[in-house]
Amino acid sequence: MLTLGVDIGSLTAKGILFDGNQIVEKYLMPVGYNSKKASEKLIKALMEKAGIVDTDIKNIVATGYGRNNVEKADKAVSEIICHGKGVHFLLPHIRTIIDIGGQDSKVIVLDVSGKVSNFVMNDKCAAGTGRFLDVMARAMETEIEDFGPLALQGENPSKISSVCTVFAESEIISLVAKGEKREDITSGIHWSIARRIASMVKRLGMVTPVAMSGGVALNVGVIDTLEQILETKIETSALSQYGGALGAALMAAEL
Amino acid sequence: MAGRLKATKRMKKIMRRYYTQAKYAHLFGKKVAWITSGGPVEPLIAMNIIPVYPENHGAMIGASKMGGKLSEFAEGMGYSQDVCSYAKGDITSSITKESPIPGGLPKPDLLVCSNNICGTVLKWYEIQARKFNVPLFIYDTPFVHTEFTQEAKEYVDAQTQEYIQFLERVTGKKFNHKRMKKVWRLSLKSMHLWKAVLETAEHKPSPMTAFDAFFHLALIVTLRGKKTVVRYYQLLLKELKERTEQDVGAVENEKYRLLWDNLPIWFRMRWLSEKFAGHQAALVADTYTQAWCGVIDYIDENDYMSSLGEAYTRIHLNVGVDQMAETIKKFIKQYNVDGLVMHSNRSCKPYSFGQYDIQNLLREMDIPVLILEADMTDERKFSESQAETRIDAFMEMIKQKKN
Ligand code: SF4
Repeated sequence: MLTLGVDIGSLTAKGILFDGNQIVEKYLMPVGYNSKKASEKLIKALMEKAGIVDTDIKNIVATGYGRNNVEKADKAVSEIICHGKGVHFLLPHIRTIIDIGGQDSKVIVLDVSGKVSNFVMNDKCAAGTGRFLDVMARAMETEIEDFGPLALQGENPSKISSVCTVFAESEIISLVAKGEKREDITSGIHWSIARRIASMVKRLGMVTPVAMSGGVALNVGVIDTLEQILETKIETSALSQYGGALGAALMAAEL
Repeated sequence: MAGRLKATKRMKKIMRRYYTQAKYAHLFGKKVAWITSGGPVEPLIAMNIIPVYPENHGAMIGASKMGGKLSEFAEGMGYSQDVCSYAKGDITSSITKESPIPGGLPKPDLLVCSNNICGTVLKWYEIQARKFNVPLFIYDTPFVHTEFTQEAKEYVDAQTQEYIQFLERVTGKKFNHKRMKKVWRLSLKSMHLWKAVLETAEHKPSPMTAFDAFFHLALIVTLRGKKTVVRYYQLLLKELKERTEQDVGAVENEKYRLLWDNLPIWFRMRWLSEKFAGHQAALVADTYTQAWCGVIDYIDENDYMSSLGEAYTRIHLNVGVDQMAETIKKFIKQYNVDGLVMHSNRSCKPYSFGQYDIQNLLREMDIPVLILEADMTDERKFSESQAETRIDAFMEMIKQKKN
């Protein structure tokens, strides 16, 4: 019997079909402004892709910001538990998970059995979230995919002192005007967010090994700076973006 | 579910009567004093002065969801976004008369301010003293970093004397020591009763939650030292004991027990209480309402002259972070809680700034901590979906941990 996990984030929707042992199918799409519609579309697309019908799916668990808007879901579970479960399945030795989402950043510490033993989320503002990177990439007129690699080329990271997304944006504009190098400014931006995330990790008390899940795990610039600040390796999986959805699918199997 | 406490009705009546009396105080030849929530109120009652609490008014403003609007007005006058929203609400209301109480608070004849709760109240009361052109007494309590020293004791005891002289000057009457003795005893008695009320929550399931405590607190804040308070808490205690005897819980099928830190989020009380109840979680205790019985041990029932100062200096907000953490540890054990919810309150710096340190100091207890960012009355500082995500995640973690 199959189970389905859907993760409706603030930017992207992810779905995972799970057969009790392994991942059968996965799907990712942008959410747009209507998360309810997005979830319907996601489920339909995923079923088509896998060539299955409604009745083949035993349970559906929804997670992410839009979790309560998924009509077909049997249960809604918060991202913390789902990310914990998903990452534990992919990388069972991991004890600390860093997840930088569109609106929320979180650090989760797992016990040896993979249960969440503690977590912390960013405070109310968007400073340490994926949104920060999006806004900065746009300000630098760089595609988000190229943003991380560009940061790695920076030799003297520019100093970005404001943690506020709006103020940091104007700081960047003046750095550009001053003629600082594109790579250096980009590197500075990555240092800025990494420092903020690192302070959350320290607040919670880091337990190694550490992994990153969520979309920002694809950004090599963030990984690199975080590794330098935390002085530890940060692992990722090819399925990093699906951590939440996978955890939801695993939860669905337990229902 | 247990439903509402029956005593609530009586409480509302007492509060209504209290505010009406304050409003028409002058008709009865009485004076009105505005006083801070941690201020020494007993001498006022002994002198037949009606105490009025801008902070209690602030809580009402918050509960009526007027906090954001009133704060905005004050910000338009030049007050910073970061100024406590109780202060901003009061300053605005005293100008615009907007208030959940028709006409706002009755005008003060004198002001009494103690900085044992924060530094904000000093400026706030100075501003109001200028505005109303009335005398202000400041009861200055040194911060108790680690211990209450002999020097500190002498310093505050001298102020108790000055305070009494001040009241004599303002009223033109001799201080009534005989009455004060009675008031002091009644005040202590109501603290003991309040403590007993809160301690009924040790029972599983808990007959009350912190949300009840936030509501029933108003009397010990405003009228301690009066017989009404003693009688009311006796009634409340009786009702709560009936619940514990019959194992009636305030939250249906209570499974998880939580401790709350900081002031309530007045404008989201119902939402929060339903949110936690939905997870079968009861907030069984909180550091805020406990503050009104936290100094019992320092009070000498027969000697107010030399114990009033100590009692008012050693309150929860006027002690170091280590001691705050100790108090929290004590409650965690006493109330057998599964987690701690800390309201990081944009308004109240003295209450909020040590929270991360406290969290660190609790690490050895392996108790999950949730930090919720909000404000006690300013709804602009609150995001429901963010709070919801955090509370859900926190409760799911506790469930996972316990099962
Ligand atoms: S800052 Fe805190 S203690 Fe001071 S008046 Fe405001 S809420 Fe009360």
